[in-house]
Amino acid sequence: MNRTLSAPVTVAFDYTRSTGPVVGRFLTGLRDGVLVAGRTSAGEVVVPPLEYDPVTHVQTTDFVEVSPVGTVTSWTWVPEPVAGQPFDRPFAFALVTLDGATRPLFHAVDVASPDEISTGMRVQVRWAAERVGHINDIACFEPLGDESTARPAGGGILEDDLVTGVVTTVSLDYVYAASPEESTFYRGLHEGRLLGQRCPTCDKVYVPPRSACPTDGTPTEGEIELTGEGTITTFCIVNVPFLGQKIAPPYVSAYVLLDGADIALLHLILGVPADEVRMGTRVKAVWKPSEEWTYSLENIDHFAPTGDPDADYDTYKNHL
Amino acid sequence: MGKQPAAVVGIGQTHHRAKREDLSMAGLCREAIDRALVDADMSLDDIDAIVVGKAPDLFEGVMMPELFLAESLGAAGKPLLRVHTAGSVGGSTAIVAASLVQSGVHKRVLTVAYEKQSESNAMWALSIPLPFNMPVHAGAGGYFAPHVRSYIRRSGAPTHVGAIVAAKDRNNALKNPYAHLHNEGTTVESVLASTMLWDPIRYDETCPSSDGACAMVIVDEDTAAASPNPAWIHATAMRSESTSAAERDQVNPQASRNAAAHLWKQAGITSPIDEIDMAELYVPFSWFEPMWLESLGFADEGGGWKLTESGETAMTGRIPVNCSGGVLSSNPIGASGMLRFGEAALQVRGAAGEHQIDGARKALGHAYGGGSQFFAMWVVGADKPTS
Amino acid sequence: MRDVAVVGFAQRQMPDFDGSPTCVEMLVPLMTECYEQTGWTRHDVGFWCSGSSDYLAGRAFSFVQAVDTIGVDPPVNESHVEMDLAWAMYEAWIKIQTGEVDTALVYAFGKSSAGVLRRTLALQLDPYTMMPLWPDTVSLAGLQARAGLDAGLWDERAMAEVVNRSLTDAEANDYALRKGGSSVDELLARPMYADPLRKHDCAPVTDGAAAIVLAAGDRAFGVRDKPAWITGISHFTDSASMSTRDLTRAPSAANAAAQLDLDGVEVAELHAPFSHQELILSRELGLADDVRINPSGGPLSGNPMFSAGGIRIGETARRIWSGEIDKGVAHATSGAALQQNLLCVLESSTGKGGA
Repeated sequence: MNRTLSAPVTVAFDYTRSTGPVVGRFLTGLRDGVLVAGRTSAGEVVVPPLEYDPVTHVQTTDFVEVSPVGTVTSWTWVPEPVAGQPFDRPFAFALVTLDGATRPLFHAVDVASPDEISTGMRVQVRWAAERVGHINDIACFEPLGDESTARPAGGGILEDDLVTGVVTTVSLDYVYAASPEESTFYRGLHEGRLLGQRCPTCDKVYVPPRSACPTDGTPTEGEIELTGEGTITTFCIVNVPFLGQKIAPPYVSAYVLLDGADIALLHLILGVPADEVRMGTRVKAVWKPSEEWTYSLENIDHFAPTGDPDADYDTYKNHL
Repeated sequence: MGKQPAAVVGIGQTHHRAKREDLSMAGLCREAIDRALVDADMSLDDIDAIVVGKAPDLFEGVMMPELFLAESLGAAGKPLLRVHTAGSVGGSTAIVAASLVQSGVHKRVLTVAYEKQSESNAMWALSIPLPFNMPVHAGAGGYFAPHVRSYIRRSGAPTHVGAIVAAKDRNNALKNPYAHLHNEGTTVESVLASTMLWDPIRYDETCPSSDGACAMVIVDEDTAAASPNPAWIHATAMRSESTSAAERDQVNPQASRNAAAHLWKQAGITSPIDEIDMAELYVPFSWFEPMWLESLGFADEGGGWKLTESGETAMTGRIPVNCSGGVLSSNPIGASGMLRFGEAALQVRGAAGEHQIDGARKALGHAYGGGSQFFAMWVVGADKPTS
Repeated sequence: MRDVAVVGFAQRQMPDFDGSPTCVEMLVPLMTECYEQTGWTRHDVGFWCSGSSDYLAGRAFSFVQAVDTIGVDPPVNESHVEMDLAWAMYEAWIKIQTGEVDTALVYAFGKSSAGVLRRTLALQLDPYTMMPLWPDTVSLAGLQARAGLDAGLWDERAMAEVVNRSLTDAEANDYALRKGGSSVDELLARPMYADPLRKHDCAPVTDGAAAIVLAAGDRAFGVRDKPAWITGISHFTDSASMSTRDLTRAPSAANAAAQLDLDGVEVAELHAPFSHQELILSRELGLADDVRINPSGGPLSGNPMFSAGGIRIGETARRIWSGEIDKGVAHATSGAALQQNLLCVLESSTGKGGA
């Protein structure tokens, strides 16, 4: 058995980026089939244009169109592409100095093996089938065997319809691991048990256990089984829907101080109208059917009132 | 060799909006930076080092964005630091920038903090469900609402105090041309009538989601001599504690109290309410005004809401709080703390415009972050500190 | 400037950390080691600063839980940089220079294996025109290596010599992941991976953490007879642009070197995650031929993200504590293709006489 429990997590969002005038002009060019470069105060012709001049620090306003044909100035082989790259088979990334520019552009070159690319090689843009104002409007570069077969440069951009935004998908896959102490806790939940641990330095009981007691930095130890009964210290009623939400609002999110623990646990309260939940309400864990148990705090479906009288304020006031 | 004197001589901020769709991230930072440099009568070439602050990288989907921004911010060829201390980051960043001068290492430091919230969704970024955990998290409002409830229970505050704060800050914002929200006609009644989002927090008692940036130029004594109105840094403090610890006081955290005690001692202040002319407090949810008033020592425990209720935190009161409109009126998260620090400096420079407190000589800038666990604060004054 | 020394250092490097991305459980024993080395408790530490990355961990506020490892009752004077340990140490060094504190403990951590590291790092690039192509770290290094090869600034043999020396030296480093030298010819006979790079030209994906303890003046002598005094520290940044930079150079490293006195340096620990980058750095630093580079085995033997730069400082300090050397320089880098660089000179004396 591994020391820790782990599970996949995907962190994904389609970012809506506003481009500002300089990047926007470059992306407008791509949409319209034109390579827009910027001229710096030192006379360099740079594509994509720099947002601000490296010397004067003022925003770039001097734009020129450059050729979709250029020369490879450096390249590298990509033997094992990662998700999102221009190709899912081996290809080359390269720096390409376009004719008319003095500085190179970074992009992919579609060649089948490293033997088919070299520094100094002439390449040209292969446009994507559909262009929307995105760096991927350039599908890639491809070798240009014969200069006479070069595609012509574009014919200017639509000045009255400039690109001002771009959507960028960022999706990253991670393996999330719980700490060893948390893993003990989640394995306990898998067996229908609520397990805490005690800090050997300050004697406080933590649920879930901690790799470092925050008071003194010592890992918690041992095994303290809790009954699942406790007191609501404080709570809020969530009325607001939001992206990625797992529970439909309104719901009560409450800190439950389990009997025998020295720290409250955040969980869901059901079995009582939201406006009847009180600080001090006594509650107990309501477990899902055991066949649904996983290694998660979600094995406890919610906490529900026991019907006992409310706990005295003094019993939980130090936990607010 | 002790701390070298340091002063703020340039402050700039963006016009904060829900979406600054006219600007890139670099453009957003430069709008604030360029204003700060004009204010300081300097150019980027005069700057020795740059300190960037912002909250989680997931908000904009760029890892360590100061790297790609370096050239646009004028940091290429200069030392560049990136601070990230959760919501307190704008304040922490200013303190790190100040320390570069106070240490004698640099003479002219530019600091900028920003957030472009419209690139994504902060509720999403803060509530990504983790495996094994219970997915009850509901963003920052969901996190802080239970602690607001605890404050109300502990202090016996009437439930409309939060609305008083919100109405005051929204009206103050009308005097601040940079503020995101300019909600004319906000009253205690209109706040109380707004939707309950995270009970006990209502819609009008929450901060907006903003795009924005703030920048400051912090300089040494010799350079400050050229400024007509430097804001001298009298004291700085940072303190941290855990998000969750057994019996942690989440209403009035020890780290907040310790930071304040350290700050007042450094600034030679024995009675904050008498010696501080105005305060810019980090109040993303209205109830945090009375909570922080108590924690910072402007009022005794349980007495913060009385200051608020009696109007003492209004612009005409004994301790005006958030004359700029505060976080409740503009919240570009990473910049929000620096805006508090910068607005405090504007006040003692007599440069706050319509929301100026006449004759302000000493002001507090304050920020907090994480689960009320990271604190950054400074005291700035119109006079050079004596020690 | 106050005299400040490195007096404590602890590290972990591993291929696949079986634990949480907050690395709390990895940091706890590192703190213990620092206390054992210094004889201190946490109450002796005046300032704390950490370095880490949310995108490495895959969650916002990934550094927050790490403060638990300090034991934060009473609360602490603490900060965090989204940067390598070396810059966290720089912030602490500045804090000590203000006179506010005399001691500091800085730490950093990262679980590189939680995601696909070379892909995750693409998020550092221009988000409008670069990142959507997902340029991976190895590819960017490959472009840089090719630029130098084409320009005749280095050749494959020089790169292999760096690797061979690193992996040979790594045999003496218990923390090294990849170790065991062979010969330049044997290395050159291995297949290309990301042409022009072979796998051994690239640092291994490494999980890890490290901590460094700083103390000023007499507090340093209270810990060690031979503290490693920081006699110079400097850092600079270059443009991130792959278009406008001369990839064969690292001007920010040269700028930092120009601020420092590197004469008499015996050891240089260089944070070069790709073999050719060591060649760039040693040229920018103007290192003499007799300077021993990366006796620890360097990043090619283990490169834990966000602590590997600081580990260079710790490795240099260790050699001063032991009396093996009197002067060394440590280097840290950040960003793609050596965009941002920090240099720290460590010496057995403060250079002011009487230390």
